[in-house]
Amino acid sequence: MAAVDDSLSAPNVSMKKSKLVLIGNGMAGVRTLEELLKIAPELYEITVFGAEPHPNYNRILLSPVLAGEQTLEQIVLNPLSWYAGHDIRLHLGKTVASVDRRRRRVTAADGTEADYDRLLIATGSRPLMLPVPGAELDGVIAYRDIADTQMMIDAAARYRHAVVIGGGLLGLEAANGLMLRGMQVTVVHLMPWLMERQLDDTAARLLQKSLEERGLKFIIGAQTQALIATPSGPRRVAAVRFQDGREIPADLVVMAAGIRPNTELAERIGLHCQRGISVNDTMQTITDPRIYAVGECAAHRGITYGVVAPLFEQGKVCATHLAQFGIGRYGGSHTSTQLKVTGIELFSAGNFSGGDGTEEIVLSDPIGGVYKKLVIKNDKLIGACLYGDTVDGSWYFKLLRDGRSVSDIRDKLMFGESNLGDAGHQGRSRAAAMQDGDEVCGCNGVTKGTICKAIKDKGLFTLDEVRRHTKASASCGSCTGLVEQLLMFSAGGDYSAAPKKKALCGCTDASHADVRQAIREHKLLSIDSVFANVGWRTPNGCASCRPAVNYYLVSTWPKEAADDPQSRFVNERSHANIQKDGSYSVVPRMWGGETTAAELRRIADVVDKYQIPTVKITGGQRIDLLGVKKQDLRAVWQDIGMPSGHAYAKALRTVKTCVGSQWCRFGTQDSTQMGKDLERALWRMYAPHKVKLAVSGCPRNCAEAGIKDVGIIGVDSGWEVHIAGNGGIKTEVAQFLVKLKTAAEVLEYSGAFLQLYREEGWYLERSVHYVGRVGLDHVKARIVDDAAGRKALWERLQFSLADEPDPWFDFDKAAVDTRQFDALGAAL
Amino acid sequence: MNWTRICRIDDIPRLGSRRVARPGAPEVALFRSADDQVFALLDRCPHQGGPLSQGIVFGTRVACPLHNWTIALDSGQALEPDQGCTARFSVSLIDGEVFLSADELASRALA
Repeated sequence: MAAVDDSLSAPNVSMKKSKLVLIGNGMAGVRTLEELLKIAPELYEITVFGAEPHPNYNRILLSPVLAGEQTLEQIVLNPLSWYAGHDIRLHLGKTVASVDRRRRRVTAADGTEADYDRLLIATGSRPLMLPVPGAELDGVIAYRDIADTQMMIDAAARYRHAVVIGGGLLGLEAANGLMLRGMQVTVVHLMPWLMERQLDDTAARLLQKSLEERGLKFIIGAQTQALIATPSGPRRVAAVRFQDGREIPADLVVMAAGIRPNTELAERIGLHCQRGISVNDTMQTITDPRIYAVGECAAHRGITYGVVAPLFEQGKVCATHLAQFGIGRYGGSHTSTQLKVTGIELFSAGNFSGGDGTEEIVLSDPIGGVYKKLVIKNDKLIGACLYGDTVDGSWYFKLLRDGRSVSDIRDKLMFGESNLGDAGHQGRSRAAAMQDGDEVCGCNGVTKGTICKAIKDKGLFTLDEVRRHTKASASCGSCTGLVEQLLMFSAGGDYSAAPKKKALCGCTDASHADVRQAIREHKLLSIDSVFANVGWRTPNGCASCRPAVNYYLVSTWPKEAADDPQSRFVNERSHANIQKDGSYSVVPRMWGGETTAAELRRIADVVDKYQIPTVKITGGQRIDLLGVKKQDLRAVWQDIGMPSGHAYAKALRTVKTCVGSQWCRFGTQDSTQMGKDLERALWRMYAPHKVKLAVSGCPRNCAEAGIKDVGIIGVDSGWEVHIAGNGGIKTEVAQFLVKLKTAAEVLEYSGAFLQLYREEGWYLERSVHYVGRVGLDHVKARIVDDAAGRKALWERLQFSLADEPDPWFDFDKAAVDTRQFDALGAAL
Repeated sequence: MNWTRICRIDDIPRLGSRRVARPGAPEVALFRSADDQVFALLDRCPHQGGPLSQGIVFGTRVACPLHNWTIALDSGQALEPDQGCTARFSVSLIDGEVFLSADELASRALA
């Protein structure tokens, strides 16, 4: 890096504000400013130069404007009042002509000057104009900005024939819009099929057929030779001539043959450009660290992005660096594609054309208008191309991004997420067909109308933003596909692009895996040491990361790392479940679901004594006392005199059992005793998420062992162990792990699997998702095939659990702060 | 202002809170940040009335235990994009002793 003077690392040493100049008043640049103003509103005096005479607008929505579905006013993102409200000096309609990097001064074509301490270049991209004779004629335009769109709208009102050169995303959207405005439109495409960079030939032909049915004409594989002018009058385009001599009439020609990063200014002022302006992971140009570049003009690790989500990700990173937080890093993005032509469902992501070493799964129904192709390599999904039914696009995209093994779901992969047991949106796949009042998110009761209104009113672009603002798709996530479709239709966002690595939370860029690894490798024993070692932006984290880090510490270094009750969610701090009215519920442990008259009597007495309003039998074969006041909790525990059921914790909950061979005439094994033994061996076990077990005494499976984290089923010759079942949001049948002979083996295998989950699972990841992520083969290799490893896991778990206190009775040892149960008094 | 002593700062856990009972009126939550600032808010989230005193404290914020709204301890304001505000009480911290205003306790947010 070039020599950096002191003022660069600390631009605000003096009380005077530093100066930031933005060249390019578009979506990427202004989003960067928004992010910057959010975290450091007072740091800079900001000046913006924009070549267009408009405030920042949503360029993606030019297609719906052209199609007459939205107006220009509706797509403005930052009205002039926004700039004024943030004291931003805005120079509209002024193109920057030069930058003096030594004197740090920007000069516009009209002579306007602005000095900078830091400069942000977001000049976007330029359309490629084909260098054919006649390209300079009137009526020949590109499709890039409001002026082009307006010209197309005007032309549609006066002329008849339009020719769009380029059958890519932009060209098809332009053609569709012009057709809807009444023109006869022909799309000319040089390559053998439409959208060849986003679609394979089969999907492209379906798309072409569908567009032809709407009235578009196509000339495929034709090379444009010249644009022919009108014989007399003003020199306006009249026809397009191809290399084979054919001519077609054209009153309007739209060039949509591609875009290229606009690096003209950057190159002129000596910034290194390769494809785009070369930037590092903090979005600084590699030539001049005072100058940043974001958006379509920037090349990060040699890649330029042309869709909105990566650009916003870049903007966020750039803003943290401008704000001197400086630890944000951009690591590149995966992107996916959707066509914004109402009524046409199309999605593609990754490598969908296959190649060496890849396998394809294809579903083709040309009459029904559905085509899906999934490309798999080394048991991982690497590409997807969907036409006609795209509701699972986001799910495939997630699989692709996560790089998760799909071997276990391969047979169901093509049929989508709903076939894996996801519920919540009643199998609805087309958001466009839903009414405003229809519920999209069943968890949080959010309707289509609410989501669309929030997207429009608040200018939301990404799934995360919709989740934060409306809570839609924020709980179980099964409606994610629908929400993403709504985003696309309302905001035009390529919503699903996302950073390659998912950060644990907003306080850090580190992932769950990074944090775990650091704790293990550096033997970190406290939350503060993790925050210092891994790099946290916030002094004491947030409500998302602290519980996760606390769990990783105590599970990695049992008996050594300090448990921090203030970093646990209230339920684990109070050892009771908080209810909607602020009262608590108490669930005593009943080993294997068995109880006695004495226990029931004590419970009944407690209910009377503390006037507990509701007594409920739980699904886990225990009794739940609901509506206990916080100040009564200690006395209730004491009077009941039964161990904590940990019904409030990310820990072992219940071991549900059937009565088994002791009473049942069908029972083959003593499932109740097995259940009690398991529960006594595993209780007080904290885990990434709650853990439920069940033991059935015969394959009739009355204990419902098929939907538990560990389900044991007795058969005549022994026990079957099933793992990673789930009866919650995503009903998942447990997978068979192993068949065993003795009860001791059942304890060892079950314990070893749970310890593996404790060591490798991410906080709040249920065992079903953990096994889905690492694959059943991995679990089998560690638990079934590796006897020494299994014994070591089982021993580590026993070591962790030995002498662990019961938090309802041993307050000191369990680090229960008993002050929480008493209110302070105020002498009034 | 008419200050009334509530407790010592060490009676409140760091990054934690205590409840202050008010006869016949909703409780007040006292919060202590990592750097030993003390804040007082009505113990009620503006969203659905959750007890803020039971939330996780970080920086100068608390996450409500019911639906994870984040409330700023110094203003009582919900953080964007959520909207709402809970009543704030004045706190005086002198030599490690925490005082609240008796007038505010007796008059503010009684229902």
